[in-house]
Amino acid sequence: MQGVPTIDAILKYMRPVAVIGIGKTAFGVLPGDLRSLAVEAITGALSDARVNASAVQAFYLGNFAGPSFVGQNHLAPYIGMAAGFGAIPSTRIEDACASSGSAFFHAWQSVAAGIYDVVVAAGVEKMTSQGTPRVTEILAAAGDMAGEGRAGATFPALFAMIARRHMYEFGTTRRQLASVAVKNHANGAKNPLAHMRKIITLEQALAGKPVAEPLTVYDCSLISDGAAAVVIVPVEHAARHTSRFARVRAVAQTADHVALDEKPGITAFPAVRSAGEQAYSMAGLGPHDIELAELHDCFTIAEIVASEDLGFANKGDGGPFAEAGCSTLDGRLPINASGGLKSKGHPVGATGVGQICDVVMQLRGDAGERQVTRHRIGLTENLGGSGATCVVTILEAA
Amino acid sequence: MADLLDGVVYTETIVHSATPQFAADAPYQLAIIEVDSGRRLTARISGERADIGDRVVFVEERDGVAYYCKR
Repeated sequence: MQGVPTIDAILKYMRPVAVIGIGKTAFGVLPGDLRSLAVEAITGALSDARVNASAVQAFYLGNFAGPSFVGQNHLAPYIGMAAGFGAIPSTRIEDACASSGSAFFHAWQSVAAGIYDVVVAAGVEKMTSQGTPRVTEILAAAGDMAGEGRAGATFPALFAMIARRHMYEFGTTRRQLASVAVKNHANGAKNPLAHMRKIITLEQALAGKPVAEPLTVYDCSLISDGAAAVVIVPVEHAARHTSRFARVRAVAQTADHVALDEKPGITAFPAVRSAGEQAYSMAGLGPHDIELAELHDCFTIAEIVASEDLGFANKGDGGPFAEAGCSTLDGRLPINASGGLKSKGHPVGATGVGQICDVVMQLRGDAGERQVTRHRIGLTENLGGSGATCVVTILEAA
Repeated sequence: MADLLDGVVYTETIVHSATPQFAADAPYQLAIIEVDSGRRLTARISGERADIGDRVVFVEERDGVAYYCKR
């Protein structure tokens, strides 16, 4: 595969990395401003890791659209100084909804390559200061504004067109889409940090107000504020801080065309497939070894497609897989035990690192009412745009 | 020219929640058209609703956007 580093080279030269601290704000409509949310998450992660802010050597921040949502740019030093990091390299990364997955990938590289020993990866978004029409416009700019955007494509419209094609090619049904929303709401109701802790019925989901047909409001993730952060170190140092660290078995980041009409097909995401393949190869694991997963359900169809692209269901069977209950909390592979973007919320820049925090919580056995029974190995999949960026991680309990 | 741009609906949706720029148009049908050269483009469909697989003809280009209608 073009552009793919040989996994042997990575494993030979790179140090194994561990997540030693996690921190999250609640996701939802929050009073705090963008900077205070980010600092809250970072402070929580540092405290969880028992690391002082002054010991952090590099800071990677995922944020999609601070300049558009709240009129603030130059976010990494703006937040890093407030968090007490001082004069360290502080960098904001923007890859649409995969911004903090990407921040984590780059943070991991810097530790794995032996450049730094203590690094923070975080993500933040403050979205609710704008009304829904303006939010829709800001999010649409993660697509190709010279083509699909100009024609009137919103993000729900792009995923609606993916859903329609998936229905056409594989017979996926509205009920199958709705079953993803019902499951994720049931899980999110058990998550104290979730945006919408509300159980919904299949009938409610099917009768939702249409956003872009066939998707209704119940197929769409939420507009949320929130932040998440992790502290990473080489595995060899992890035990000095905590016995409850998580090993980063794999991280892979891939790219694809931004415009939906430039992709050869739209019922599979090549970026998700290749990130998954690279991650499985790096970890020496396969889909059957994964015990829980946080998948990027920005829309219900996105969870279905990702479950196929990552090998949890056969191609075209993602709908029946969800409808049959295979991905519920007590299913064969619990997906989005946190409630997912659908119920937990989707502060876009915070989502990738937020998923990693949610998996680490499960690996530690700290997920309370939504704790899954098998929790040794978890996977996260963070998607940018309509599949133009993907970051997959595989994490293992210490 | 118009004949060259005719094609088949590859996928489509009816957009109900639009950005402020297109709010007055909503609901509107948005589609990816596979034109006869094999290329795909994102376009609007005016008039009768078209389904995946339907043949559509190029009507006009307005503000850089192609408009099609069901044949």
